Amino acid sequence: MKEKAHVKNSDLKNFIYLFFILFVIWLVLTTSFHWQEIIVGIFISFILALYLHKNYLELGLPKITVKKIIYFIMYIIVLFIEVVKANFDVAYRVLHPKLPIKPGIVIIKTKLKQDIAKTILANSITLTPGTFTLDIEEDELLIHWIYVRSEEEIEATKIIGEKFEKYLRVVFA
Amino acid sequence: MELFGEIITGIGVLFLLLGNFGILRLPDVYNRIQAGTKCTTLGALLTIIGVGILQPAWFWKCLLIAVFILVTNPISSHAIARASRKIGVPLCDRTVVDKSKNFKGFKKQEKK
Repeated sequence: MKEKAHVKNSDLKNFIYLFFILFVIWLVLTTSFHWQEIIVGIFISFILALYLHKNYLELGLPKITVKKIIYFIMYIIVLFIEVVKANFDVAYRVLHPKLPIKPGIVIIKTKLKQDIAKTILANSITLTPGTFTLDIEEDELLIHWIYVRSEEEIEATKIIGEKFEKYLRVVFA
Repeated sequence: MELFGEIITGIGVLFLLLGNFGILRLPDVYNRIQAGTKCTTLGALLTIIGVGILQPAWFWKCLLIAVFILVTNPISSHAIARASRKIGVPLCDRTVVDKSKNFKGFKKQEKK
């Protein structure tokens, strides 16, 4: 009985989170504060949140705390710097007359457990310099690397995954 | 402000051009995807944000579109790469290492 009450409580929380996120997206998309637009927005976000709030739990999103938000913002800043670096890196390789590439496929390991965390890690690896994710299976990621610096599993993990994983590990702890 | 927006859009277009250049020059599917994702991410982001600066009324919409591109771009490239590996598109001859045979998912696929 107690467990059931707990589930209901988290259901309501998920519903409120989802409703809030959807409503903010609606406001940004319409960029209008006319009362008719806002009423339609509330109505649509309410219906969508009613249908989807159970899936929100299945995604395995963690409970939100201040520390996690700070780490997530730091993670986004690191990601953004890496994206810019990635672009200049690939642009350099493409423009260089000798094409300085040394491509290869390596395996790296991750300690993250949740599917959503692994998805975020794989996506950020794809956005960083010279690496992208081919496949994930359990705790292994298959990575294509445009300029292989290390074939060893542990070393490759350190170079490719570590800078994101240390933030994600806190966020999804 | 208008000049600033134009400069940002211009840099974005330059990156898109470099991305296309990479797709033409690099030797195999996987390397081409590298160019296709990396350069187009920043290219598309800068182009869209530049448009947002030129038309201040659209700025927030453009920012939202930029976020969605940042989230979905890796997924599409990942899907293409995974499919090409599964049907066995060969790697180019400059490849130095291929560990996909030691990969857990690969062994599972073999068993089936």
